[in-house]
Amino acid sequence: MALNRRHFLQLSALAGGGLALSLYDQPLARALGGQPEQRPPALSPRAFIHIDRTGKITIQAKNPEVGQGVRTMLPMLIAEELDVEWSQVRVEQASLDEAAYGAQFAGGSMSTPLNWEPLRRVGAAGRQLMITAAAHRWSVPEQECSTAAGRVLHTASQRSLSYGELADDAVALPVPDSASLQMKNPKDYKIIGKFTSGVDNPALLTGKPLFGIDVALPGMLHAVYQKCPVFAGKVKSANLDQIKAMPGVRHAFIVEGTVRAAAVVQSDPGLEPGIAILADTWWQAQAARKAMKVVWDTAAGSPTAPAQSSKGFDDKAAQLLKQPPGHTLRAYGDVDAAFKSAAKTVEATYAYPFLVHGALEPQNTTARFDNGKLEVWTTSQAPGGGRRLVAHELGIAESDITVHMTRTGGGFGRRLMNDYMLEAAWISREVKAPVQVLWSREDDFAHDAYRPAGWHGFKAGLDAQGRVVAWRQHLVTFGEGEHAAPSAGIGPDEFPSGRVPNYFIGHSAMPLWLRTGPMRAPGANAIAFVGQSFLDEVAHAAGRDPLDLQLELLAATPVPSAEPARPGGYVFRPERLAGVLQQVAEESGWRSRKRASGTGMGIAAYACHLGYCAEVAEVTVDAANRVRVNKVWAVADVGHQIINPSGARAQVEGAIIEGMGHTALEVTMAGGQMEQSNYPQYRLPRIRQTPEMHISWRITPNPPTGLGEPALPPAIPAICNAIFAATGKRIRTLPLAKSGFSLA
Amino acid sequence: MPLKLTVNNQTMQVDAAPDTPLLWVLREHLGLKGAKFGCGVGACGACTVIVDGRAVRSCITKVSAVAGSKITTLEGLSADGTHPVQKAWDEVDVPQCGYCQSGQMMSAVALLENTPKPTDAQIDTAMNGNLCRCGTYARIREAIHRAAGQMTPALRD
Repeated sequence: MALNRRHFLQLSALAGGGLALSLYDQPLARALGGQPEQRPPALSPRAFIHIDRTGKITIQAKNPEVGQGVRTMLPMLIAEELDVEWSQVRVEQASLDEAAYGAQFAGGSMSTPLNWEPLRRVGAAGRQLMITAAAHRWSVPEQECSTAAGRVLHTASQRSLSYGELADDAVALPVPDSASLQMKNPKDYKIIGKFTSGVDNPALLTGKPLFGIDVALPGMLHAVYQKCPVFAGKVKSANLDQIKAMPGVRHAFIVEGTVRAAAVVQSDPGLEPGIAILADTWWQAQAARKAMKVVWDTAAGSPTAPAQSSKGFDDKAAQLLKQPPGHTLRAYGDVDAAFKSAAKTVEATYAYPFLVHGALEPQNTTARFDNGKLEVWTTSQAPGGGRRLVAHELGIAESDITVHMTRTGGGFGRRLMNDYMLEAAWISREVKAPVQVLWSREDDFAHDAYRPAGWHGFKAGLDAQGRVVAWRQHLVTFGEGEHAAPSAGIGPDEFPSGRVPNYFIGHSAMPLWLRTGPMRAPGANAIAFVGQSFLDEVAHAAGRDPLDLQLELLAATPVPSAEPARPGGYVFRPERLAGVLQQVAEESGWRSRKRASGTGMGIAAYACHLGYCAEVAEVTVDAANRVRVNKVWAVADVGHQIINPSGARAQVEGAIIEGMGHTALEVTMAGGQMEQSNYPQYRLPRIRQTPEMHISWRITPNPPTGLGEPALPPAIPAICNAIFAATGKRIRTLPLAKSGFSLA
Repeated sequence: MPLKLTVNNQTMQVDAAPDTPLLWVLREHLGLKGAKFGCGVGACGACTVIVDGRAVRSCITKVSAVAGSKITTLEGLSADGTHPVQKAWDEVDVPQCGYCQSGQMMSAVALLENTPKPTDAQIDTAMNGNLCRCGTYARIREAIHRAAGQMTPALRD
């Protein structure tokens, strides 16, 4: 299974390095089900809750809202334990201040596990302050006081005071000890567990400015930033004089950039070279760009860059798959001997392409650099990491940078990188004016931190009873030696590692001069496709139901992991994955499925980002190999409490649609640049392709965890396995077009 | 020369180059930020507004082509969220990131004005030009059904 600890550490490096880790580590250990080594530093209710004398209650939403629903869900946790009515609450977006708010990022499905406990304690601390204030006022013991709907009650004397009436008193009181707080019994929840519409809906649905692109400052200039279509290429010459003379244009200049050569390109490698054009309106800047004539040095970043191509990577990967892996990740038993004595062996090669995130709101940031201080309004998912990056590249102190988080038109991992923030800050400093940098869609396709392509060679050995006795997996990826490019690696404990008697997993890396990075369910979105598809293939070769084979592996006595156990670290719970598999089989009628030609069902499961999810897809394939996904059943186990059923379900709906998209999408490279430049060449799912979705929860006594990612990975193999069931054709390479199929 | 536009029942003067796309006139000249920029080539529908009763991609519509037409943006449905489509979108809690929803809602309004009780198939046909990267399509269908039949002639003006 995916190594969640590893993903988390990668993510925290992006999101904030040392400071961030110290903030996340303790609540994370708790969320992982372990015992934290010490109590997390309690967050103060004063940072989060503001109650004025009129009783108006304002709660700060701490994390970036990218569509995952945290601007609604996190304040619900506070409001519940504060014991107010949701209708009394006004939610405000907090600015970046991790000392006050704890870690502030959107990624890794971490908002729920990292905040479930601390934010409920924030709410409970606020409630306790109100009780203490009322008890003083009435000169009664605190134990005789209770709360309801934003009031403290003293039942014996039939007195009550609203929180607003107590606000002044409460401000003067010390914050109560977090450990002493009384938390609600979940059966008394009035907000948690209730369908709650997004707090931004009223503004959103009436067209109010909410997003990064909507920010407008007095005197603000609009910028486009044209970079080389080949990563980190530099400007040789450009017709800047002509550009400067165009309508509305105020500045046009070359930026040298700060990207340095590296064997493995990081997700956020610094400022890419390019040309900035600033005008009174964005459209004027964009119109000027269209008249631009640039001669690029496409090899400036790396001499190998202009020769890179998808075809070249495919050829090199095919060669590497024939050789032993360059780097062993885990090996035990004797796979070669086991293959020799196996009753049957199955071998296959799988592959998946580069993908672009394509979040609908193009990358943007508004920056005002003034007198050595910087203020930014950004769409980042990792504003703390962005501030660190900008501080480093501009050579200013982090304390001189103020970061405001706007609502964001989709993240999907792309905005864990902060290149657009750096561009805006840099350009604002250059022109000494407030600047909004806004990318075009073409910029976005050409300058993503792409979901990396990958190739996997598999071999499995079966005994006479159809049990898996040996498993070998060889990932060909990008990187150097043992170092995989960002989001391009695989872990030693990938399923079925430790669940078969003989096992080998290794990787070979080839060089890449391109940014790669996390995309929703990073790693897992690719690895689940190959692993769960090959497992289905093995089950069919064994003449067994893939559900039975997977349950058998999940029930196997594990061969202990190569990684030393870490106190409080993530532990994969096979019974949780088996649980969602059994439930989805039951709900979809898997055991009694019909086997009609042209229609088929596929099953898959995966655990990642602390969640466990299993899905069944039913597809119909017509004579022209057009695939219609009719229905998807999904069951997720994310612990004992679904906080906002609307938001939670929305995440699963979106993950299913996005997973379906993965089966049909790719971006390809030729001459060192991406060949697709806009949505018409990258056909994301549309409304008419939307399947019927049956989504349910498996409630288990585990701490609540996140849903942004876990439902995505199983959707892809479930659909591909269903295509096999319908047609007998195995999908081993994505997109489907490589096998002559398309999404109807 | 300034152009005269009728947006949300108000007549406005705009000093923009005649080939400026309507989207950027709305956003940058009139400060109406409801319509969104997504692709610039009419492929995602985030910029959809209603021009003379039809859903139009404002990012590829020259402003000079709509002078004299009746233009409705999201802001023009209602300022307080009481239009049946706005209400349905909230009740079903359609938005995830919400960025595409302005365009989705304008396409839905145009559909419902011509087809007060659309079938799923009619919804899919009318809405297929509107991309939702978050995948809220099932809720968009549900919200359109919920709003269907509730648009009175008065609301259309």
